[in-house]
Amino acid sequence: MKERIRNFFRYRYLLWELVKKGIKLKYRRSYLGIFWSLLEPLLTMVVLTVIFGTLLGHNEKTFAVYVLSGRLLYSFFSQSTGAALRSIRGNSAMIKRVYVPKYLYPLSSVMFNYVIFALSLIVLAAVSLIMGVYPSVYSLQLIIPLVLLMIFSFGVGMILATVGVFFRDMEYLWNVVLMLVMYTCAIFYYPDNLIKSGKGWLLKMNPLFCIIDNFRSGLFGELMNTKMLAYSAFASVFVLIFGLWIFYKKQDEFILHI
Amino acid sequence: MGKEVVKVDHVGMKFNLSQEKIDSIKEYFIKFVKREIKYDEFWALKDINFTLNKGERLGILGLNGAGKSTLLKVIAGVFKPTEGKVTRRGVLAPMLELGAGFDMQYTGAENIYLYGSVLGYSKEFIDERYQEIVDFSELKKFIDVPLKNYSSGMRARLGFSIATVVEPDILILDEVLSVGDAKFRKKSEKKVMDMFDKGVTVLFVSHSLEQVERLCNKAMILEHGRMLEYGEIEKVAEAYRKIID
Repeated sequence: MKERIRNFFRYRYLLWELVKKGIKLKYRRSYLGIFWSLLEPLLTMVVLTVIFGTLLGHNEKTFAVYVLSGRLLYSFFSQSTGAALRSIRGNSAMIKRVYVPKYLYPLSSVMFNYVIFALSLIVLAAVSLIMGVYPSVYSLQLIIPLVLLMIFSFGVGMILATVGVFFRDMEYLWNVVLMLVMYTCAIFYYPDNLIKSGKGWLLKMNPLFCIIDNFRSGLFGELMNTKMLAYSAFASVFVLIFGLWIFYKKQDEFILHI
Repeated sequence: MGKEVVKVDHVGMKFNLSQEKIDSIKEYFIKFVKREIKYDEFWALKDINFTLNKGERLGILGLNGAGKSTLLKVIAGVFKPTEGKVTRRGVLAPMLELGAGFDMQYTGAENIYLYGSVLGYSKEFIDERYQEIVDFSELKKFIDVPLKNYSSGMRARLGFSIATVVEPDILILDEVLSVGDAKFRKKSEKKVMDMFDKGVTVLFVSHSLEQVERLCNKAMILEHGRMLEYGEIEKVAEAYRKIID
């Protein structure tokens, strides 16, 4: 254990370099560069608000904030887990030739997406202010779902990275799962009707929905739903421990399969 | 003789050479049900034992597929041995395949930091030695050009310059003394020789017996993953000559 911690510190600069590389290369050779991480969510928000706002008749100003917050958290989850899933295979040339602690690959994938996500929160803050959603004492709660989101995504990413080495199908399968996750996240609709009709369990089973719901509570100045908080916290920690466990158990076999 | 630097204790490395690669869940499931999963076990290394003291230089000889590179990768920590144990003491400079970890879209300068961090250097260390790396590689003019526009010789030069900027205790060389043009080769060989003089412990793979005899004071012969011969260079070189004749 002590050895592992020492190793972590020895390679912390590599972690930083890998995170930097992810961010740099994502936008290299595009004219707007990193600015895209602000523009992209803004444009998606406009599209989603126009379509679902008119379709479902949500004309209130705060709907844009509602849609954007859900969309941002979900897209961080989908991007980071997808990147983690591909991280071991994508770096196979390096893994085969030089020793580097392997968890750095999924970890840096999740972290660089988190940095981009954090940047896009600036857009959310701006849109909120414009639409009349002002910060309150409840905004302090926001930090909790943000931390849980990171833990949950990293845990899922570690599991996917491991499975992805042995089964190439996982990439395609995961896209289908992500679709299910997206529709049960209540990104562009209000969950009230679904909950009233007794089908709320469909959403509440999804830890990401609980995280998004808690996040929105902080945003709109309400107290978080404690049940959902407890469930998502439990799920995040469980997934993290399971992810670390399976990754460490299997990591020495990676090299034989990539 | 000084202290033990590398100790290889009953190391074995097993690969599964499955005839068809199973990497889809469906296939795996079908084969599992039909009990058709067979693995062809293949021991790339078996029962390798030796220790090296400080300053000893070991040449590893053998035909293609004897397990030479696998052995170096096990010692470098890339492979985890299936059985046995490897203990190392001190800073390791693995020169297995130079430039593993280079990013083609990155410029030369960015790659110095990236590859340096892959080798476990700290930022301060790279800052300090940056100029030395650039000077040695003779790539000052191209340092801000993306690596994909480099020739393979230029990449190898950059890789060599980054990997040798440390003062290692253990040096692992896999036929790397043949990078770049004749001039750079001479320069790189001199750099490695300087390290030898400082008492570095070396593991060296080469197909050239002449080179091994010149550089090493110990040698081993590998055949089909087993240690056929181990000892002083003269004795082993003679045995190797008999094998290749």
